[in-house]
Amino acid sequence: MSEASVAVGLHGVVKRFGDVVAVDNLDLDIRDGEFFSLLGPSGCGKTTTLRMIAGLELPTAGSVTIHGEEMGIRPPNKRPVNTVFQSYALFPHMDVARNVGFGLEMRKVPKEERSSLIDWAIDLVEMGAMAHRKPAQLSGGQQQRVALARALVNRPEVLLLDEPLGALDLKLRHQMQHELKELQREVGITFVYVTHDQEEAVTMSDRIGVMHDGKLLQVDSPERIYEHPTTRFVADFIGQTNFLEATVASADEVVLANGDRLRLSTDHDGGAAVAVTVRPERLTVHGRDEAPVGAHSLDGVVDSVVYMGNAINYTISVDWMHLEVRCPATLADDRKYEGDEVTVSFDPDHASVVVG
Amino acid sequence: MGKGVALSTAEPMGAARWLLRGHSALVYAFFYAPIVVLAFYSFNESQLVGRWSGFSLRWYEAFLQNDNIQSSLWVSVKICVASTVISVVLGTLAALSIERFRWWGQKAFDAVLYLPIIIPDVTMAVMMLVFFGETAELFNIIPGVDLTNGLEKLVLSHVAFNISFVSVVVRARLANLDAAMEEAAADLYANRWQAFRRVTLPQIMPGVLGGALLAVTLSLDDVVVSSFVSAVGATPVSVYVFGMLRKGVSPLINAVSVVILAASMTLVMASLALERATSSRKR
Repeated sequence: MSEASVAVGLHGVVKRFGDVVAVDNLDLDIRDGEFFSLLGPSGCGKTTTLRMIAGLELPTAGSVTIHGEEMGIRPPNKRPVNTVFQSYALFPHMDVARNVGFGLEMRKVPKEERSSLIDWAIDLVEMGAMAHRKPAQLSGGQQQRVALARALVNRPEVLLLDEPLGALDLKLRHQMQHELKELQREVGITFVYVTHDQEEAVTMSDRIGVMHDGKLLQVDSPERIYEHPTTRFVADFIGQTNFLEATVASADEVVLANGDRLRLSTDHDGGAAVAVTVRPERLTVHGRDEAPVGAHSLDGVVDSVVYMGNAINYTISVDWMHLEVRCPATLADDRKYEGDEVTVSFDPDHASVVVG
Repeated sequence: MGKGVALSTAEPMGAARWLLRGHSALVYAFFYAPIVVLAFYSFNESQLVGRWSGFSLRWYEAFLQNDNIQSSLWVSVKICVASTVISVVLGTLAALSIERFRWWGQKAFDAVLYLPIIIPDVTMAVMMLVFFGETAELFNIIPGVDLTNGLEKLVLSHVAFNISFVSVVVRARLANLDAAMEEAAADLYANRWQAFRRVTLPQIMPGVLGGALLAVTLSLDDVVVSSFVSAVGATPVSVYVFGMLRKGVSPLINAVSVVILAASMTLVMASLALERATSSRKR
């Protein structure tokens, strides 16, 4: 990646709070113009990372650059980024227009230019009719829009969003996810989005960085993260999955716990304890010994069947573990029932080797 | 549900209603009757406080002709304004430092800050007296400061207890303020002063004004600390009135009290009106 296309560069970034290591030696390049999500459970260091980009926290060690420029100890008011806070942090004593114009006022943008920019931003988030309301007179979703406009009006090089949809109800959250993505395309600003909601990250992002215990575990497209996780944590955090315990035999072969050999490439050393992960919907159920050639198959017995309407979930016990399988709902005569002897198969291309 | 437990929050009925009303009336009478009596007898013609001999404004006239009382009132006003301004600024800063920052010795500072609220006035007064006795010369090194002058000592000692009250009131307000608000201001290019001036201060203003009102009241009220530290030529009115009592109660005291009462009520009314005006303008 060339220097110019990196919007935010984090190199060897460490943040300690007393004895607690919140962010542990983080290296990450966020590309210009992309929608990047930092995803992880609470306390994983994602918000701290965002705050270090904003300048609201200073790293204990390492470097933060924005478009190649070292941020060092530069205070937040001197950085070319703006933040949408989790609590929105709107100024309650100012109306919508004053809130949105605050950044422009602080930068001493001339009054005429300021008011046309404020109008642009308020229209962008469709809040034109409410420009003279106070934040207390707005709903959660409307406050969210004002917070967005207040940040975007400054045309920041990077927009930082700290779980901005966390306080909204489910339906509104889905709507806002869609709108945020649209908005990002429209303004073409790099978005760095912090969330603990894997669905949110997967649906909105160009790339996702998964964090756990202060470490960045994997950075990839949503599809790669979902289909080819590299660690057990990532596989488990992003949706449901099966783990088949295994040992590395060579660079392109692993041995499952039952002795089956699987051709899967891995960069782990021979003898390393790993797991093979396969998503429930990537497994198929057949009658015993009816599995297609080329797929890897395991014999088992149907333990339970749950009809979900659009899908059927099977729990199948093979001799050393249980597998979760999700099939598209089929007609009754194709269905398997409790106690049926079956063969479960999967394409090795749909499986990944994970550690951790 | 047991007997005697209210079934709803609606107004009580029957005997309970009259009992409660009577109780309220008694409480108000207990609070305000002395003030009414005081005001009433300030218009008494008689030399004796307790005996009514006819309406007269002679005590108000005496008040206007008494230079000592007027100068002591003036002293009180000066002390009050100066100590309120200083303690509001310092008390607000103290509240900010405790609520918004983490620093070494903060817990100790926090505890010490509350001492003037807890310790008895007379202890505070003795402390002040001893303190000024020991350090007056040291302070006099500072140009423009003359601690042999009672006024400065009075201002300093009133500041000493007012800071605590102001910081308590302001802290309560600050604690309810989302710290992210100040971060948002910084994120939107405001420097520290602008963030304070434009975002924090407007929101803690009711606390600051409340603290100021408290400081004004405490300063005007104070007798104990003031009488220990006041010197000749700088006697606040509270101390002067207390001194007059020793020479016997005359209705002049009533007249002085009514004037002070009227002034402070005007002040409170004005601040309420101001608050109402600003809050209705916001809406």
